[in-house]
Amino acid sequence: MNAMVLDVQGLSVDIATAQGTLHAVRDVSFQVRRGETLCIVGESGCGKSMTSLALMSLLPKSARRSARRFSFLGEDLGQASAKRINDLRGNKMAMIFQEPMTALNPAYTIGDQLMEPYLHHCSNDAAQARERALVLLGKVGIASAAERMGQYPHQLSGGLRQRVMIAMALMCEPELLIADEPSTALDVTIQAQILRLLADLQQELGIALVLITHDLGVVARMAHRVAVMYAGEFVEEGSARALFATPHHPYTRGLLRCIPIPGRTAPGEKLGAIAGVVPSLIGDFQGCGFRDRCQFAQAVCAQTVPMQNSPVGQSWRCVLSELPP
Amino acid sequence: MSALLQAHALTRSFTLGGGFFQPRRTLHAVNGVDLVINKGEVLGIVGESGCGKSTLARMLLGLTLPTSGTVTLAGADIRTLARRQLAARVQPVFQDPYSSLNPRRSIASIVALPLEVQGVGTSAERRVKAIDMLERMGLSARQADTTPLQLSGGQRQRVAIARALVMRPEIVVCDEPTSALDVSVQAQILNLLLELRREFNLTYVFISHNLAVVEHIATQVAVMYLGKVVEQASTADLFKQPRHPYTQALLASVLTPEPGLGIPETGLGLSFPDPLNPPSGCSFHPRCAQRLPQCASVEPLLSPAAAGASACVSCHLYPVTSSPTGRPEP
Repeated sequence: MNAMVLDVQGLSVDIATAQGTLHAVRDVSFQVRRGETLCIVGESGCGKSMTSLALMSLLPKSARRSARRFSFLGEDLGQASAKRINDLRGNKMAMIFQEPMTALNPAYTIGDQLMEPYLHHCSNDAAQARERALVLLGKVGIASAAERMGQYPHQLSGGLRQRVMIAMALMCEPELLIADEPSTALDVTIQAQILRLLADLQQELGIALVLITHDLGVVARMAHRVAVMYAGEFVEEGSARALFATPHHPYTRGLLRCIPIPGRTAPGEKLGAIAGVVPSLIGDFQGCGFRDRCQFAQAVCAQTVPMQNSPVGQSWRCVLSELPP
Repeated sequence: MSALLQAHALTRSFTLGGGFFQPRRTLHAVNGVDLVINKGEVLGIVGESGCGKSTLARMLLGLTLPTSGTVTLAGADIRTLARRQLAARVQPVFQDPYSSLNPRRSIASIVALPLEVQGVGTSAERRVKAIDMLERMGLSARQADTTPLQLSGGQRQRVAIARALVMRPEIVVCDEPTSALDVSVQAQILNLLLELRREFNLTYVFISHNLAVVEHIATQVAVMYLGKVVEQASTADLFKQPRHPYTQALLASVLTPEPGLGIPETGLGLSFPDPLNPPSGCSFHPRCAQRLPQCASVEPLLSPAAAGASACVSCHLYPVTSSPTGRPEP
């Protein structure tokens, strides 16, 4: 269960814009093993979706990906041909998108869409594909699966559509599952159901899961490891327990203080807020991306900030080794 | 404290369909809601999407007319008030600051518009007032002539709040005001709303699906399910002791940032009911783990949870001990 599924070192995504080059993802490194969940958390525009698209080789044409190492199950995907990527995508690596309303094709039945990746990658046998689709629909908790197979996406509620998306991603028994905000568009009760399903399936099937979200509650409950992303960089990474107990980066701590926590934040109390705005990542950017908003900023923050490590496997990109209270 | 805004047996239904072969069907978006909002309170309204929260908000604002029932503002039926009179006293803040602000106007003129409509002062005076209000919201006077397109989501929401407050209303109806924002910006907006409440002595109706936010800001909470209020209580009471099984399930689904607790089991099942064809009896009974035999046939009324309790719940698990405060059965 300890096999490395995804090993990424120095991933960068640059996007050519009219104003110059936008460095959407800057030198990001992480590893995900079998049965492990890595959560990438950050606010809008921090580059978390670009990271997920880069992993799936689904970046827009204007974007360029580079990485020192990009290995999936020991295979170097940085140099792989488009054909090889097509073989893997939807097969051994699958993705669940945020909007179950738009990610499904409204013109095809649920059954057709479920069977498509299986017929493409695994076997030509339609009966077998149908069999597998029915099994998976049952597994994701959809009753009367045979009837659902003939329905169109608009006949399903948002929660059911997201279940269909999950079943579709699992059709070819993937090793790596990338879920980009899988529960954001859903109600709280449905969100809990979908995340629980995802966590159960991941444990059962031993999938490596990369979960991208902005919701710290989801992160705390789902993640084994957490990476906090800000301005295209990972500013802190560590186990969920350690990171929530002792955040080392000022941004991580700021984020945690922003949310009202029932039982801990007194009702009506002033919440912590992070002043200022995210810097523009167009053109050359040097130093810590958070320094303009950080209360502990110093002159050295304008230079390249090294990653620091703690003995418990937490790492953070800050000049401070200990955060003042 | 006196009742400032009151809803009585408020109902709104919409007629759907009516195509060539489809019969007309009626959707009861809000179905017999009674609410009392006292001066200075923050009433949080929570519920899943499609439960009628936003329709209720629009009726409280006078933007949608109720099919039946009344809304009264300080004792006067809002239908007897002139549109401008009502707008000066009850103002909205909507969810999406990208679509609720006119992209072609400067933010100073957006904020001055309510003053202009009400005929307050000269153009120059209105501009001064608008800029004052923008500065109070944490925007600088330099930005007065920028358009919303040049602002971030949080700044736009500040403009929307400035516009709502420039006439010094008594009540602000906030419909998911922070849902479109990042958490760090959400915290800024919540802090601002709480400060403004103290400063201007405001009363809020705060609609949200984020229960942690509602617990933080609200003093009273009403839980809605399929167009009806199923439980209403003070915030502390409701979060400490949720009574209705739906409220319990909602609270159990909240993912607090505490690692190691895992994902809770909601026990709600998959069947979200069809709002066009709501279940008989208690509309929650098909999803309820604690249902009793009578739940499928007899509709419970919103009534005090126990003798003398201020909390109200509509559930057969809590037998009616005194006269119901809910809508009397016809």
